[in-house]
Amino acid sequence: MKRYDDPYVIGAGLGLVLLASFVISGRGLGASGAFTTVAAALVDSPMLNKSGWLLLEIGGVVIGGFLSALTAGRLQFVRSSRMLLSLAGGAVMGVGAVLARGCTSGLALTGGALLSAGSWLFIIAAFAGAYALAPLLRRSWQ
Amino acid sequence: MSALFIGIAFGWCLERAGLGDARKLAGQFYFTDLTVFKVMFSAIVTAMLGMFWLTRLGVLHDVYVPETYWLPQLAGGLLFGAGFVAAGLCPGTSCVAAASGRGDGAMVVVGMFAGVLIGGVTLPTSFYESTPRGPLTLPDLLRAPEGVIVFLIVAMALTMFLFVERWERRA
Repeated sequence: MKRYDDPYVIGAGLGLVLLASFVISGRGLGASGAFTTVAAALVDSPMLNKSGWLLLEIGGVVIGGFLSALTAGRLQFVRSSRMLLSLAGGAVMGVGAVLARGCTSGLALTGGALLSAGSWLFIIAAFAGAYALAPLLRRSWQ
Repeated sequence: MSALFIGIAFGWCLERAGLGDARKLAGQFYFTDLTVFKVMFSAIVTAMLGMFWLTRLGVLHDVYVPETYWLPQLAGGLLFGAGFVAAGLCPGTSCVAAASGRGDGAMVVVGMFAGVLIGGVTLPTSFYESTPRGPLTLPDLLRAPEGVIVFLIVAMALTMFLFVERWERRA
């Protein structure tokens, strides 16, 4: 199993991927938008944005994540050890992402780089929300 | 098709940094592992500088800036952060975790999907549409030139990186 790469180098690489996305596709990265696209096919809501581009991009994320883990010897099949919290956390995040119109990828990363005021508010609020709840969940991470 | 390749590069980067590991991400909120902060802000700084210069050189124009809605984004951000520390993964990284075989990742993907459905059906549109400010940017808000804001963010990020590295070495 390989060690993880340097976070600053990967971060800069991620920034270049985001730039490439703007140059090639004229838009930034995203993740929650792929979830809302699928959800919008099931229920009708003006708050669920649809994007075929994001759906394809998330397909790529799955492939890229898989290939990276495979080549680094990190592919492993482990059952969830914190099932309830993973599900609940995911659900709360989902509601938050709909309300905020994005997540860490589309709103924080992409919007942050574009200096969107709402994106920076979201970044600050997300860190604040996480740090506020963290002490109560400390035991679940041990 | 380009969406697929951009996604592959995105997923690859997240996995290489270790962001498919929920425990590692959660470490950010207990100050035991600051990878999330380091990756996120070096990505923002790199992309921000790139966007700044590419728009000035005329390579990019009319870039869509995510619109600001103060209250929904404040509330959404707080909820999102709370869910993040419970799950240990965000929407993108949950897909990477699931793709590398981690059950945690798959559970977060399922939860996230449920949350998006619940949010889409139950959230009041009046709140969702409240306090709109359009494509407001930090230079607009702070009435400062874009170059100054970019410089300040770079300076702040570098200072934080230095501080974080020192702190980690001492710990």
